[in-house]
Amino acid sequence: MSIASLWRTRQQRYSLQGEICPDCHQAIFPPRDVCPHCSEAAGPLHTMSGRGEVYSYTKMFNVPDGFLAQRPYTVALVKLEEGPMVTAQLTDISDEDVEIGMPVEMVTRKLREEGEGGEIVYGYKFRPVLAAAD
Amino acid sequence: MRSVSIVGIGQIPVGEHWDLSVRHIAYHAIAEALEEAGTEQVDALFVGNMLSGSLLSQEHLATLIADFSGLRNVEAAKIESACASGASALRIGHMAVASGMHDVVVVCGVEKMTDTSGESTTAGLATAADAEYEAAHGVSFVGLNALIMQRYMYEFDVPIDAFAGFSINAHRNGAKNAHAMFQKAISLDAYLNAPMIATPINIMDSSPVCDGAAAAVLVASEQAGTYVTGHHPGAVQILASASANDTIALHDRKDPLFLEAAYVSSQKAYVQSGVTPADVSFFELHDAFTIMSALSLEATGYARRGEGWHLAADDAIGPDGKIPISTLGGLKSRGHPVGATGMYQIVEAVQQLRGEAGAGQIGSASVGMTQNIGGSGATIVTHILGG
Repeated sequence: MSIASLWRTRQQRYSLQGEICPDCHQAIFPPRDVCPHCSEAAGPLHTMSGRGEVYSYTKMFNVPDGFLAQRPYTVALVKLEEGPMVTAQLTDISDEDVEIGMPVEMVTRKLREEGEGGEIVYGYKFRPVLAAAD
Repeated sequence: MRSVSIVGIGQIPVGEHWDLSVRHIAYHAIAEALEEAGTEQVDALFVGNMLSGSLLSQEHLATLIADFSGLRNVEAAKIESACASGASALRIGHMAVASGMHDVVVVCGVEKMTDTSGESTTAGLATAADAEYEAAHGVSFVGLNALIMQRYMYEFDVPIDAFAGFSINAHRNGAKNAHAMFQKAISLDAYLNAPMIATPINIMDSSPVCDGAAAAVLVASEQAGTYVTGHHPGAVQILASASANDTIALHDRKDPLFLEAAYVSSQKAYVQSGVTPADVSFFELHDAFTIMSALSLEATGYARRGEGWHLAADDAIGPDGKIPISTLGGLKSRGHPVGATGMYQIVEAVQQLRGEAGAGQIGSASVGMTQNIGGSGATIVTHILGG
């Protein structure tokens, strides 16, 4: 991703900023111009709680350029409590403990580094909900 | 609209062509197709390709290939829709001839994936997904399919070896295809012991990275007689051509376990052709991963939701089964040179319908269906061909 693209999407990556559709009241992430649920104009902005559950997951051994240092890692589809689903890595958990349906919460982590002197990209990952946080 | 027929096909064996560039393999397929059609002149060349820009630093690909192939003063354009680029290019060719805009069109699907490192190719393939909201999180293309497969196994209580039959069938059939990358049958043990790429997808669930090119010459059916002379094996008619899309990101699907675009495009194709699923003699589906075979069979009317894998377990997908699939190896064994795959499916369907599929020939092949998928189910193109 380019610097400009990283800058444009910073509120989404740092705080899961999406929208609530003014017509059908469904949550949307990331923001769109047209609501995917009712096809009316989308908006206004709404920040998701960051809580959700694992819909599916995979432990990846062969990974794309830019992610080699982290492999293997686990990627999940996380169903946010507001409704939208996101693709993100799981963190702070051992592979054996990952289960479909487990509650998770958003944390900000390093996603990738673009080599020596390049940008360091931060964004959301998800970890198991900590008992002390309840 | 005019009916459109295929009067020439060509293909290069799928593999790792270290000694040939993208222009060479494309020309090989085009030259073979033109020779079979008995013509040197075409009105247009449409090229299906996904990765020439990102892996080869070569765009303007159709003109490069037309130039190298000696096709001057023709229309040349590249069509891109990820792994569905091949069938999408055929659709453009079909529309051009059906509309009367052109009389003779050659369509070539081509991909060169082995010039770059595995990681670069993996990153290139991930561009079929949403760059900002999928690929940015390190998910590969295999990873996206693994997310579908994991959930499918959970939701429908499917055992891990349930998908083996898709891979075993593809390899058994590919062993009979001289153009296949892996001409070798595999055992259940080989499947069960294969290393993981992205859990639960192992190497035997997954199609390989490779190079390939396949081409077809299209003319109006009413003019096909001009080409079908002497030893020509006969024209094959395109009975239906349909495409549909879905959300680009897997996470935005209403139901990530149902290929809605496959359902919509196959329904359109059934209506166009008047063919029902029961009329189809064989189905070249997009088995890039075994889970995609199960989902494709469910979306096109061969199995209920969550039950596509039963067809593999019952061997209903074999050459003598209820619905033979991957009859010349499919993406798994013939290989999946991404932008070329849709055209390999077409070329193989023509071989079957002409009765020229050799040891892989299906008995009484009269109607063939092909289905080419781009992304994790975001673009799906269905064609139905008849003799």
